[in-house]
Amino acid sequence: MQKRKVDLVVIGGGPAGLAAALAADEEKVQNIVLIERDIELGGILHQCIHNGFGLHYFGEELTGPEYAQRFIDWVAETKIEIKTNTMVLEIAAKGQEKWVYAVNRTDGMVIYQTKAVVLAMGCRERTREAIRIPGSRPAGIFTAGTVQRYINIEGYLPGKKVLILGSGDIGLIMARRMTLEGSQVLGVLEIMPYSNGLTRNIVQCLEDYQIPLLLSHTVVQIHGFERIEGVTIARVDANLVPIPGTERYQAVDTLLLSVGLIPENELTRMAEIGLDKVTGGALVNQNRETSIPGIFACGNVLQVHDLVDYVTEEANLAGRAAARYIDSQRVQGEQIEISPGNNVRYVIPQKIQEPITDPIDFYFRVTEPMSVGEIQFWVGKEEIYRTKKKFLKPAEMIRITVSFTNWEKMIQVGKLSVVIKEVS
Amino acid sequence: MEDYDVIIIGGGVVGAAIAHKLAEYELNVVLLEKESDLASGTSKANSGIFHAPYNVNPETLKGKLHLRAMEIGPKLMNNLHVPFKQIGALVVAYSSTEVAKLENLYVQIQKLNLPAISWLNQEQVMDLEPEINNKACAALWAKQAGIISPYEFTFALGENAILNGVRIYLDSEVIGLREQESRMEVLTTERIFQGKVVVNAAGLHSDKVGTLVGDYEFTITPRRGEYYLFDRNCGNIINHILFSVPTEVSKGILVTPTVDGNLLVGPNAEEITSREDRQTTRKGLEEVMLGGERIISNLQKGEVINLFAGLRSVIKETEDFFIRTSANCKRLIHVAGIQSPGLTAAPAIGEYVVQLIGEMDGIILRPKKSFGYYRKPVIRFSDLSREEQARLIDQDARYGQIICRCEQVTEAEVVDALTRPLPARTLGGIKRRVRAGMGRCQGGFCGSKIMDLIAKYSNLSKLEITKEGGNSYILSGVTKGQ
Repeated sequence: MQKRKVDLVVIGGGPAGLAAALAADEEKVQNIVLIERDIELGGILHQCIHNGFGLHYFGEELTGPEYAQRFIDWVAETKIEIKTNTMVLEIAAKGQEKWVYAVNRTDGMVIYQTKAVVLAMGCRERTREAIRIPGSRPAGIFTAGTVQRYINIEGYLPGKKVLILGSGDIGLIMARRMTLEGSQVLGVLEIMPYSNGLTRNIVQCLEDYQIPLLLSHTVVQIHGFERIEGVTIARVDANLVPIPGTERYQAVDTLLLSVGLIPENELTRMAEIGLDKVTGGALVNQNRETSIPGIFACGNVLQVHDLVDYVTEEANLAGRAAARYIDSQRVQGEQIEISPGNNVRYVIPQKIQEPITDPIDFYFRVTEPMSVGEIQFWVGKEEIYRTKKKFLKPAEMIRITVSFTNWEKMIQVGKLSVVIKEVS
Repeated sequence: MEDYDVIIIGGGVVGAAIAHKLAEYELNVVLLEKESDLASGTSKANSGIFHAPYNVNPETLKGKLHLRAMEIGPKLMNNLHVPFKQIGALVVAYSSTEVAKLENLYVQIQKLNLPAISWLNQEQVMDLEPEINNKACAALWAKQAGIISPYEFTFALGENAILNGVRIYLDSEVIGLREQESRMEVLTTERIFQGKVVVNAAGLHSDKVGTLVGDYEFTITPRRGEYYLFDRNCGNIINHILFSVPTEVSKGILVTPTVDGNLLVGPNAEEITSREDRQTTRKGLEEVMLGGERIISNLQKGEVINLFAGLRSVIKETEDFFIRTSANCKRLIHVAGIQSPGLTAAPAIGEYVVQLIGEMDGIILRPKKSFGYYRKPVIRFSDLSREEQARLIDQDARYGQIICRCEQVTEAEVVDALTRPLPARTLGGIKRRVRAGMGRCQGGFCGSKIMDLIAKYSNLSKLEITKEGGNSYILSGVTKGQ
């Protein structure tokens, strides 16, 4: 077992890890190791061959692989050490040092003894089992991302008569993709009364191909014992419970699920880093620093983003903060907790901590759709910021930048509330 | 035509245990299994419990064999390197009515003078199981109970039988059976076999096998049980198998850690008509969750990673095992009605059936000198210390290649499962041997990599690989331009 002293380990070589490593490199961090479990850098972007990436960050429209390649090329110009096909088994905080246990077939087991860590492991898809759809357990039930990989990377088609459950973005993208491959996509079911994907995907992937979107519908039973033969679908009531009498059978040979993404925080949990029950990611301050000083998190392992551009932005923030930490071994100071109020599902960061940087970017999602909402920030009984936003949807992340003036007061109160009020 | 001394129909834990016991003797033995792997029926989907005999009736065959298995089971599992954790069980009462029932049970047990069963009061229960529903008021503590992997036990029996000369044919459904001049002829979809004795260990289908010789002595009623499996991070919230107070037909819903470290909740008990109907239902799952919450009030539903149903094969008239020579055919032995505790009793069933075979015309049980426990232990990378893991990778680089990230299963382990005496050939077969695909992503990430390895070691194209054999294909074709 080899031990190596390094300055920074970035876990995950997708968009978040790439940008975090690059940002730290720009800040002159010396020994950076970027660990990726797949055989190449780029993460999930490689299978996202559709366009629409980079509009915010680069001001141009790229495909997923093109977006990733820019960062991969930049990393190649640095002296960031890349370890692909390498799996991190464990992270443990040992005093000021962090130990990262990683394995691959050439180096064996290596313990990277590092000053700082950036967590950028991404997320995984929620499965049929996790949403507890009853029925038999045949082949032919896939998460949308798995099928995206089979089709776009491996060149295999999983089936010909397809129903998609869940209107998450990957499901919508795959409705179009499978149609283009000649599969018959019968429709997309969404249990909520509103769609769960970006509006542009509803238009470009469903409407343009006349694929029906059935809101307030779900799959209540799966049929077939070897390969899936059909599903029973039903309408649901306001409490998302299937309404008796609305069931109908639909023959299919494939069921795709796009029912949510879950940040992959097994390593985080093992390191005993505090987690947010709502996001499924770490609790972080404005620098994306977790409850363990020197361990940072960014990208989909922290919160599931809808746009890779925001992942990059968040990763830049985490990478720069990791560089500052390595430079000064700074201790975390006084903190202000941020609490999500009316119609706010969560807010990232969950806390602001001294030393304070200004201004601060806040990312959050609404719980319920709202046509016009006023976002308000409150410290105790004092409203310190407000702004109006239109067409608020749970599927679309809100990002706002706020400058604060009265830190002393905020620290005294210790709490900042974010609420959204409906404006008629 | 292949000629054998003994032909076993059915490759569940019972058929495998009989094959394994027969392998100790100078006999030519074949086992025929209709599915693409052993342990594909009842042995695949059950609670995985080595039951302590807290509600045993020693008058029944089931009771006798259960008690015998308590003596021989643990040693057999040890010889076969099957992980067995003797964590003990609590049979818990949650109301005064249940306490009364439990007291009755305890009186019965004391009459039988069974070892290692004791009474716990409320405080003692809470002490052993702090997370248990606080309505728990008393329990029986059965220290001999333990947890095992039902399919690993079956594979191990099958593998060691093969290593001692038994042949196993998979994908071989028996469609004909007849007695022909002091021989039995067995027709499968592929071949004809001839043998002196046929053992009917066809589980849910055992009565159908009987009807092939016009024997209608017993009828199997499938009794379905549904289960929830929780993520590994929930496996350690309890320390024992937690049973409810048993009813007439069932030991009731239980909550238990599994030998792989997950948490298992189930089963309910529902009689159904189809022998294939292993589907979960909304109603059944609700019943199981309620039953589970009665035991552990804060079950984390968000941590459910799988749900499944299994079918017990029950002879309702007796609720007992049915092990005897067919009334119609003296060369056919039925081993039927093997409901709970069938998994526990399997080694004793094997022993008992071999005795019956020994009494049959033309069979002499001569011990085989070469018999041994040759099965190699299965290495589980994720269970080892970091030092041990590092050493393994130094010896074989394929241990450095993680294939299944959720369960941390390495390429070396998958390849081992593909090259053992009883190799896996399906995604399900890999999952049950090495746990790849059994974790929280349910094979979403590793499925494709495993298919590549199966393809490589079985000489198949990726399109031919199935989840569980038959028509359970994963991929229907290639994309345009491929």
